[in-house]
Amino acid sequence: MDKLIIGGKELKNRLFIGSGKFADESLIGDIVAQTGVEVVTVALRRVNLNGGKENILNYIPKDCVLLPNTSGARNAEEAVRIARLARAAGCGNWVKIEVISDNKYLLPDNNETIKATRILAEEGFVVLPYMHPDLYAAKELERAGAAAIMPLGAPIGTNRGLKTKEIVRILIEECELPVIVDAGIGKPSEAAEAMELGAAAVLVNTAIATAGNPAMMANAFSQAVQAGRQAFLAQPGETTEFARASSPLTGFLRS
Amino acid sequence: MHVTVNGEVVELSESTPLLDYLISRNLNPAVLVVEYNRKILHRDRWSQIQIGDGDTLEILSFVGGG
Repeated sequence: MDKLIIGGKELKNRLFIGSGKFADESLIGDIVAQTGVEVVTVALRRVNLNGGKENILNYIPKDCVLLPNTSGARNAEEAVRIARLARAAGCGNWVKIEVISDNKYLLPDNNETIKATRILAEEGFVVLPYMHPDLYAAKELERAGAAAIMPLGAPIGTNRGLKTKEIVRILIEECELPVIVDAGIGKPSEAAEAMELGAAAVLVNTAIATAGNPAMMANAFSQAVQAGRQAFLAQPGETTEFARASSPLTGFLRS
Repeated sequence: MHVTVNGEVVELSESTPLLDYLISRNLNPAVLVVEYNRKILHRDRWSQIQIGDGDTLEILSFVGGG
């Protein structure tokens, strides 16, 4: 069996989903049931003291691995604070480090992300850092104790696809850790593209949550991730410049 | 007395056990995480801690996010 192991946990499903932006959060449970998604991200926020929505955890099946993010953190210190609070909520010790101070493109700050990763890995967290694809930063995250690295495909929520393909390909080739493409993946074909490169998994939120039919889109992503993974394992044939006939070039019927 | 809750100053008539305060705000304690004066406060202690003048609380819960 082709399994992915992260932080000692064996995962069968290589599609991770985010729980943000769903117009109807109750769809999350249906999506998990249909696709077998095992990892779901959440965020931690101040409660609305004047009454608010139902808690997101009510919509995420209990057997899912919860992956709280540190969104809102602008530096390592804030990310560490959020991660510790998330763990104190009693939903496991996984954390997606997200340190962002750029409000236009929401690009992650690799230096602060490395610092936070080092501290939290030391404290026993399973750390999945969201990162700008860069080989030196990836190596540093590896040394800092990350359980996987999560390079972006394109800016968060843009649905623009795997714009960072060449560097992601190099990270996959050069890093020991699982590479999970996070952010920007807008269509199933782009998820398949990441998986064909050898990505360990992809994390998709906006593309599913904001689709006209989120459940159907989640199914499409699930199939694309499986197809891409199989294609990677099957080892694609070589590409060539000129045509090579697939049918025999002898025994033609001639008049 | 004044307590800062999630960045807002809240008026309390008397020192109150944290758990009672949470319930008085119609919050479900089971899904919350609380930071009390910048320290994470384990839920076992929510009924013992008395919140009073000058205290700072952060009351958080999980929401949808990517």
